[in-house]
Amino acid sequence: MGRQIYEAIADGILGGGVYALMAVGLTLIFGVLDIINIAQGILVVLGAYLSYVLSVHLHIDLFVGLLVTVPAMFVIGVAIQWLFIRPLRGRDRTSMSLLAAYAVALIIEGALYRIFGPNYVVLNAPYITSSVHLFGFYLPDIYLYGFALAVACVAALYLMLYRTRFGRSVRATMQDQTAARLIGIDVNRVAAVTFGIGVAVTAVGGMMFGATSGGFNPNSGYDLISRLLAIIILGGLGSIGGALAAAVFMTTAEALVDIWSPDWAVVVFYAALVLVLTIRPAGLFGRAPVRAQ
Amino acid sequence: MTGSGLAWRGGGALAVLAVLAAFPLAVTNATVTTIGVDTLVFAAAAVAWNIFSGYSGYISLGHAVFFGAGAYTVGIAARAWQLAGGTVFVLLPLAGGVAAGLAVPLGLIALRVRRHTFVVITIAFFFIAQLTATNLSVTGGSSGILAPSPNWDAATFNDPFYYAALALLVATTAASWLIRGSRFGLQLRAIRDDEDRAAGLGVRPMPVKLAAFVVSAVVTGMAGGLWFYFIGQAIPQFAFDPLFDLSVVVMAFFGGLGTISGPLLGALVIEPAQQYLTLQYTNEYLSEILLGVLLAAVILGLPRGVIPTAADRIAAIRARRASRTADAGAAGRQPVAGARAQGAGR
Amino acid sequence: MLTAEAVSKAFGGVQALRDCTVAVEQGTIAGLIGPNGSGKTTLFNIMTGYERVDAGDVYLGGRRITNLAPQRVFALGIGRTFQLTRIFPRLTVLENMLVAARHGGDGRGLGPLARAGGRAHRRRAEELLEFTGIAGHAGALAGTLSYGQRKLLELSAVLVADPAIVLLDEPAGGVNPSLILHIAGRIRELNAAGTTFLIVEHNMDFVMELCGNVTVLDYGTVVAAGPPDAVRNDPRVLDAYLGIAEADDDAAAG
Repeated sequence: MGRQIYEAIADGILGGGVYALMAVGLTLIFGVLDIINIAQGILVVLGAYLSYVLSVHLHIDLFVGLLVTVPAMFVIGVAIQWLFIRPLRGRDRTSMSLLAAYAVALIIEGALYRIFGPNYVVLNAPYITSSVHLFGFYLPDIYLYGFALAVACVAALYLMLYRTRFGRSVRATMQDQTAARLIGIDVNRVAAVTFGIGVAVTAVGGMMFGATSGGFNPNSGYDLISRLLAIIILGGLGSIGGALAAAVFMTTAEALVDIWSPDWAVVVFYAALVLVLTIRPAGLFGRAPVRAQ
Repeated sequence: MTGSGLAWRGGGALAVLAVLAAFPLAVTNATVTTIGVDTLVFAAAAVAWNIFSGYSGYISLGHAVFFGAGAYTVGIAARAWQLAGGTVFVLLPLAGGVAAGLAVPLGLIALRVRRHTFVVITIAFFFIAQLTATNLSVTGGSSGILAPSPNWDAATFNDPFYYAALALLVATTAASWLIRGSRFGLQLRAIRDDEDRAAGLGVRPMPVKLAAFVVSAVVTGMAGGLWFYFIGQAIPQFAFDPLFDLSVVVMAFFGGLGTISGPLLGALVIEPAQQYLTLQYTNEYLSEILLGVLLAAVILGLPRGVIPTAADRIAAIRARRASRTADAGAAGRQPVAGARAQGAGR
Repeated sequence: MLTAEAVSKAFGGVQALRDCTVAVEQGTIAGLIGPNGSGKTTLFNIMTGYERVDAGDVYLGGRRITNLAPQRVFALGIGRTFQLTRIFPRLTVLENMLVAARHGGDGRGLGPLARAGGRAHRRRAEELLEFTGIAGHAGALAGTLSYGQRKLLELSAVLVADPAIVLLDEPAGGVNPSLILHIAGRIRELNAAGTTFLIVEHNMDFVMELCGNVTVLDYGTVVAAGPPDAVRNDPRVLDAYLGIAEADDDAAAG
């Protein structure tokens, strides 16, 4: 029993690392643009399909393929923001951007269905089934690589935010858009690039998701986005550290419950969210509501 | 709302009602009347959704919880009490009651958070509901529940459902109209514009929001119960269908969020269109793309919806006409002030 | 009548209010001034329930109202306006007026489904719109009003419920001189009829003309309080605003 628990914790942390990466992208978008990119789930699936195409049709290794999919997803992200989010004005802007993102998600999902059909596909690579024997546990190689990659990406993101000029612009915009504009920051550019970055990470997340899910199809987006949303809300909207903590916490909790009852494990995910919000409406590390609504 | 304005609106509403009531008598094609029932059920659900989300500005993407709860309530009760035929309709208020019972605790939790978080928490509720229905045995697990099959005359089989749905729609629209003109409705709309300021003027946000939430849940639950009986079964992924909330949202936005007739118009236009497309192109994925495109088009191009935009156009035309006559008239008169509220819903 | 006693409030590392005590006598027009960042709006927020105190209390006529929610504070007879004028843009001007609940309960016996605004309520709303001068716009959407008109609407909407005391946050801010006179005149009339006012302002003329009693805040504490003339010449006040000690000059002169 104890062994199962340790395994579950290990699984949770490793798996949580990848969710964390995707969640960080989502919470970053919220922090800068004040919108919830509800298309993030289907974008992960899109990233998975892109990796699938590169791998199966062009025989490119999954990790090498990221060199193509990451920039591609970045461009897609910028395009979505420019076309669907930027034109929105008015008092209901936050709700409307959420619905605009939902519209984009639908279009992408429908397109994926038409192109690939409803059948489940898998990403294949030798290191997916092989594992490393560590401390008496078998840790799948793919999880370790993925975790390392996720850590590297989050570190890169932090470096960008805190060491580069652009990162300073991002943080300034997160704190106060009007003030940022007044000191000469091109808020539109910051918004577009941030959205692009937030989506680019879904290329990595998508590849990992495709490799570890045991099969995915366009419908997988719903489960993904609901988990990601739960994670960023739990961690506190706009808090990167919160997203990290929440991701690891929730995947570990689910893995632990899975030991006793696989059916109810998923419910734990959402129940944890509801529970935390009942006690702390701002989430674990949420910012106090600066805006009234 | 001026006297003549009220007469126009009342007359228009009666005309629409007459057309809807006569519809199944004129059209006997079962496929068409099925779409009719579907449309009316969705129309009621859309108007109900608007009573909460449209007036308060809190977008709920979890109303499917109440729809499904209503469906399962009718299913479980009909099975437990061995009901069949016309008496099953008696269960509809029960479906509404169960939905209300759910709405109170859910609302108390969800309405304490900011709008962004609120949307997500409604999504969380949705998934919890769907997963719970799949796992519990009383709800039949993943195979769901079957409805008792009424042995009515095949030619007019759809009619009882149609008229029940119409009755629900009429009642809901009347409720929406009553609420909008009332003190309660005013407080809701004030909350939508500036909740903190409303509190500073004595409005108590939680009771007001919760009341709207519960009212909208009751109708949605009844719609779900009716729909269950009509299509004959409740399966978790259809009783709790993410596309339900999405459709309702699109309808309300298309017609005009926060108006009385907007969601109704939206349903009357979009639901038949959706059904038609699904029948024509059996590849249902196309309809999903089109729904997404439609939603994007509405949000980006017609953000306030058809009815408010139309009302503005009419008001602008009237103002232009009035100022023209004023200019042509005596010099000392003031032109009519622009942007007069036309009462056609905002 | 309205007293904030030894109130302290910090936001993160910033101590907005430090052991601050401000008292407003019934029937007066009191002023609250101080440099930017001195905590004036925070004090307002605490008095009206928009912020919770870290320490200290707020009393209304002897009754402890610390940390009550804004709607309860309003029900007890305290109204307020905001620094950045807030109205309900998608409601009409008249509807804006009807949102506030009248003290004693409006439409009591009719319940929340009563038509918005009973006849008496509506009449009072229209009277107030006449009083502040924007009655001609009653049917227009509030969002179409000019800045000055919005300020008047915000004030009117608070007054419709007959509050005993009104907290005004920069009522003259960003408004042209003739409108300022108009607003000052209305405040005087209402005060003569019994309403107490507490006004935050940067416009010194406005404050000195209107207020019987002025409190000065600096960095979250009270540095001076008294009649306008005394406060105007107080070296601590000059120091707070200008940051230089003009004490020598003033001591020599007066």
